Amino acid sequence: MSPVFIILALVTLLSASAAMSLRNLVHCSLSLVVTFAGLAALYLQLHAQFVGFAQVLVYIGAVAILIVFAILLTRSGDTPNQVVLAPGWIAGIIISAVVFAALGWAVLNSNAIAKQTPAAPDVTVKNIGDALMSKYVLPLEVMGLLLTAAMIGAVIIAMRDEHKEVK
Amino acid sequence: MVKSLDQLFVNLKHWAVGFFPDAWQPLGSAILSIAPMVAVFGGLFAIITIFERKGLGRIQNRYGPNRVGIPFTDIRLCGFGQFIPDGIKALIKEDVVPRAADKVVHFLAPIVLLIPVLLAYAVLPIGRNMTIADYDAGVLFFFAVGAAVELSVFMAGWSSRNKYSLLGAMRGIAQMISYEIPLILSSVAVIMMVGSLKTVDIVAAQSTYNGLLPNWYVLTPWGFAGFIIFFIASLAESNRAPFDLPEAESEIIAGYFTEYSGFKFALFFLGEYLGMFAISGLGITLFLGGWNAPFPFLTWVPSYVWFFTKLTTLIFTFIWIRGTLPRLRMDQLMNFAWKFMIPMALINVVVAGIWHFMGPGLARWIVCVLLVGGPYVLLGRGLMENKHLGKRTYRFAD
Amino acid sequence: MTPLQGYLLLSALLFAIGLAGAVTRRNAILALVGIELMLNAANLNFIAFWRFGPNPEALTGVMFVIFSIALAAAEAAVGLALIIAIYRHYKTVNLDEVKNLKG
Repeated sequence: MSPVFIILALVTLLSASAAMSLRNLVHCSLSLVVTFAGLAALYLQLHAQFVGFAQVLVYIGAVAILIVFAILLTRSGDTPNQVVLAPGWIAGIIISAVVFAALGWAVLNSNAIAKQTPAAPDVTVKNIGDALMSKYVLPLEVMGLLLTAAMIGAVIIAMRDEHKEVK
Repeated sequence: MVKSLDQLFVNLKHWAVGFFPDAWQPLGSAILSIAPMVAVFGGLFAIITIFERKGLGRIQNRYGPNRVGIPFTDIRLCGFGQFIPDGIKALIKEDVVPRAADKVVHFLAPIVLLIPVLLAYAVLPIGRNMTIADYDAGVLFFFAVGAAVELSVFMAGWSSRNKYSLLGAMRGIAQMISYEIPLILSSVAVIMMVGSLKTVDIVAAQSTYNGLLPNWYVLTPWGFAGFIIFFIASLAESNRAPFDLPEAESEIIAGYFTEYSGFKFALFFLGEYLGMFAISGLGITLFLGGWNAPFPFLTWVPSYVWFFTKLTTLIFTFIWIRGTLPRLRMDQLMNFAWKFMIPMALINVVVAGIWHFMGPGLARWIVCVLLVGGPYVLLGRGLMENKHLGKRTYRFAD
Repeated sequence: MTPLQGYLLLSALLFAIGLAGAVTRRNAILALVGIELMLNAANLNFIAFWRFGPNPEALTGVMFVIFSIALAAAEAAVGLALIIAIYRHYKTVNLDEVKNLKG
């Protein structure tokens, strides 16, 4: 347990809780960005440089921006006056606490977890690219198809209904 | 002698690091790499603002700043001391925060702008052996930290609680997201050709000479097209005219930093210029051969001199464009990005692949020029259709 | 506690926070944010197991995370488009007010 890990873990957890509990949606999304950045730093700690940078590029550069755009487009940028929690929120908290307890028990009691830390893997971007273009080329193509479909789908869903406006 | 001049700063740093105790050497090395970088680019910012005001003045038929020189003396320096009073003014001005503003976010926005911009300099090779962090995924790092700039624009625009700020922020984010795609796609062609995301490798791949001409990527058909796309997209990314809609003074006051004053405004100003230098530096690395000399007989000039010569040339082009082109409209901006830049950048990636597989010879020049030029003409024609852009007529002015 | 267990516990806690947020908040956008957090927790698990497990040169964990990031981007785009469509229809994004199946 290095001090760097503890600091990063605390930052990530605190900002994640803030992202889920603040009243103002824009504050939520900004603390979500801190969570994403903390996770990217954790990936860098785990020697997954490419994934860390991709995380920053995609999550902070695209997903977070999409979320703030959605917040502004649905006019939920102001702090709401009414209750922000759903009716059965106590049950929700209990369920997630139970989930965490089960996961934590499994993590702490599993004997499949190696006790010693192996040497840092020396993985370059070239290795990742080679793997993507040889062994994982089919998933890559499927992902390209999925992204195209998602883009077209998102445009069609969010497009204004022309017929209704005429009526 | 030539070599020692080229490595002067590298050797100087190693010599200075030697004075630190052993345990502190990594930290000392980091500080001695970062501090000069910040100082040099900060100084460049100060000089370039004067050059910009003078250049714009000349273009608009006036003088620009020409009074202030060294304080308390009679030396005028043609007005190049102007940045000192400007800086002092920015520091001591009152820092006004609107009453309705979201104070924390309002305070954080300029910092969120400046830190990623400074981080981006870590991967720029400004000279031989002069890169702070030679990451394996250097170019990706550059684009990743650039993503945080959009966030800062949003934070500034939203937290000010001002409709002009919010409008400017929405414009800014839409523009940055749209132009980031051609920016990245045009660099993908270079990355494909080099086979590495390391900025140092990209520069090394362009270090040979073909007779008298250098092997820079800008001197190939796909590289030329890619450089033009990169340059236009970087104009838009750094919110420079003709893409300065987010801060269009005549339409929305100052866009997302309308409600910023004093030192925070200066931070925005600094961040914007440093971002412009960083992205020009990346363009130099990717297309213009980095710190390599343009001709083989000029290789004795130190490498960092070449980098900064190219950088200032690009910046002057930025200033020149700002002084001569009118601002785009929002729909023109979006159409240009999505209907012209992105298709051209995609075609450019394919052309780069064809260039690689056709092998050396005249044939690949002809094929690639046609493949880049054809879509350019067709797309341009297609977009200009039904626009009836003739000579401008004035209905009421005459 | 070994480093791997530290990362796994952190990921479990993140997952629980995301789950709690997704089920307790009324706003649809925050439910989506909660789902993103859960996805990120899973990604952290993959990277941790890749780093501390055997055969890191096989790159399985890294590949999974790269695909998962792409998937999350697609999910966010479609999900937010749906939310904007819902807002246009109901003029609200509170999930408990969106309960009409018809028109």
